[in-house]
Amino acid sequence: MLTQESLQKIDREITKYPPERKQSAAVAALAIAQDEKGWLSNETIEFVANYLGMTPMAAYEVASFYNMYNLKPVGKYKLTVCTNLPCMLSGGVDAAEYLKQKLGIGFDETTPDGKFTLKQGECMGACGDAPVMLVNARRMCGSMLPEEIDKLLAELE
Amino acid sequence: MAILGTINPMLMAGIDFDSDTSWRLEGYLARGGYAVLKEILKSETGREKYISVIKRSGLRGRGGAGFPTGLKWGFMPAFRGGQKYIVCNSDEGEPGTFKDRDILRFNPHAVIEGMLIGGYLMGATRGYNYIHGEIYEIYKRFEEALGEARAAGLLGDNIAGSNFCMEIQAHHGFGAYVCGEETALIESIEGKAGRPRYKPPYTASNGLYGAPTNVNNTESYASIPFILKMGAEAYLDMGTVNNGGTKIFSVSGHVNRPGNYEVPLGTPFPKLLELAGGMRGGRQLKACIPGGVSCPVIPGARMMETTMDFDGISKAGSSFGSGAVIIMDETTCMVKALERIAYFFFEESCGQCTPCREGTHWMYQIIHRIEHGQGRMEDIEVLDSIASRISGNTICALGDAAAAPVESFIKQFRDEFVYHIEHKQCLVPLDVQRAGSGFFKATV
Repeated sequence: MLTQESLQKIDREITKYPPERKQSAAVAALAIAQDEKGWLSNETIEFVANYLGMTPMAAYEVASFYNMYNLKPVGKYKLTVCTNLPCMLSGGVDAAEYLKQKLGIGFDETTPDGKFTLKQGECMGACGDAPVMLVNARRMCGSMLPEEIDKLLAELE
Repeated sequence: MAILGTINPMLMAGIDFDSDTSWRLEGYLARGGYAVLKEILKSETGREKYISVIKRSGLRGRGGAGFPTGLKWGFMPAFRGGQKYIVCNSDEGEPGTFKDRDILRFNPHAVIEGMLIGGYLMGATRGYNYIHGEIYEIYKRFEEALGEARAAGLLGDNIAGSNFCMEIQAHHGFGAYVCGEETALIESIEGKAGRPRYKPPYTASNGLYGAPTNVNNTESYASIPFILKMGAEAYLDMGTVNNGGTKIFSVSGHVNRPGNYEVPLGTPFPKLLELAGGMRGGRQLKACIPGGVSCPVIPGARMMETTMDFDGISKAGSSFGSGAVIIMDETTCMVKALERIAYFFFEESCGQCTPCREGTHWMYQIIHRIEHGQGRMEDIEVLDSIASRISGNTICALGDAAAAPVESFIKQFRDEFVYHIEHKQCLVPLDVQRAGSGFFKATV
């Protein structure tokens, strides 16, 4: 269900907690599963739950609570743009509008070629670098003015 | 980005922000790092002595609530057996706050040393640093710093040749503002949805896995080695009466150089604004939220007379919060600003308490309709009434946090809400608002 590489990463997370507290690795394990699969299907969530010895429902509750998990398929690159107040004051909303126009999609939509999904994000804790966006929940990009957005889109192949 | 400016810094003293080694163990050791920990581990004097230094230093928690750190440490049952935990709260999600990210980026070993000292003084042998989901690169760096400490014998068994053993791990979140609340954070470390717990019991008696747990903010832990090195009096002298020490302020919004600035508490606001390069485009300061969006907004003129410390900001009618200073100039529509804040709390409410779950949604819907020209005059009173019914009626402080901006925006900028309702449009023309963000350079 998951590759050996992902399982090794999950095993490493499990070692961070007391042996009888494997469930503590749930947030990280689901993130690792998402890195591999792109999104979390019910089957993937159930697999992670069994691996950590928790009920599938408990794992699903985690997956549906934290907003960086994808419970539906997304494009190859998920771009999450912060539009919260500090970012908005420095162009976060404009950056999102710019992306909507360039990609021809709205929030929570994916381009027809399956390449980009656009998301509205909440504070990423990087307001000094506004406008800020995240690529696939892992890579943060700051000071995203039009030229930088163009550059990023060209780079993501 | 680096720390853009400092006045008599403590946490960021001697750091070369452009260097690739300054944040590493060798850089921290060169700045005198881990000396305090080693001294404490060797010392014959009681642990109480060190906790009393922290108490006398007046250090107040840097995460938002401002609770005295020394007092909190005193709550931990130091001599009770069994496992105890040290937890660092780096789940920095309060809009406007981005200081812990830079502390972990530029001085991660200060956080590790602070947590180790805490572990030794409070009798805990395991620690977790909960790092905000969106800053994955910083989480990786902290893990690297932990690896360095472990390899140098400063973490793990028999630390620095003593009998003290402690393990610290980094725990990566995955996007939930409410996990900045300490009991929600603990639930999250336990592998659950981050819903705040009822208090009491407090975490000092019943925290992670039901064991005594001390939770402090990143900046608080990082301050500990410095305070113990310089002593309580020297630390107090760095600030003003009742407001000792330095603080990293995250300045965002309509300034020329948004970024982090470490200055002594009590620094006048105009000085901080000047450090941040002044107002963008030379425009006028209209309003400031001094501690993150959950704190009441202060009109510009009042803010210019305020000093940046707990007492000064409280006197001006707001809260110190996490030191997230959000600057808004005259191009800002206050209704639109509040609409975005209200959406945030609606989106991030965990849904556990009815007043917060329903109230944040209602407040967002009403402000949204005012902003979009469909407001009614009675909406203003309805908003006030909803906010007052959320406040104080929820398990955690997120409810109060959602109410404070609504109440304060209406109180301080009532005319703008009235104008919106009467004229069905913003008081600030849309092209002026657009120019303010600086996104399209041609229009600035």
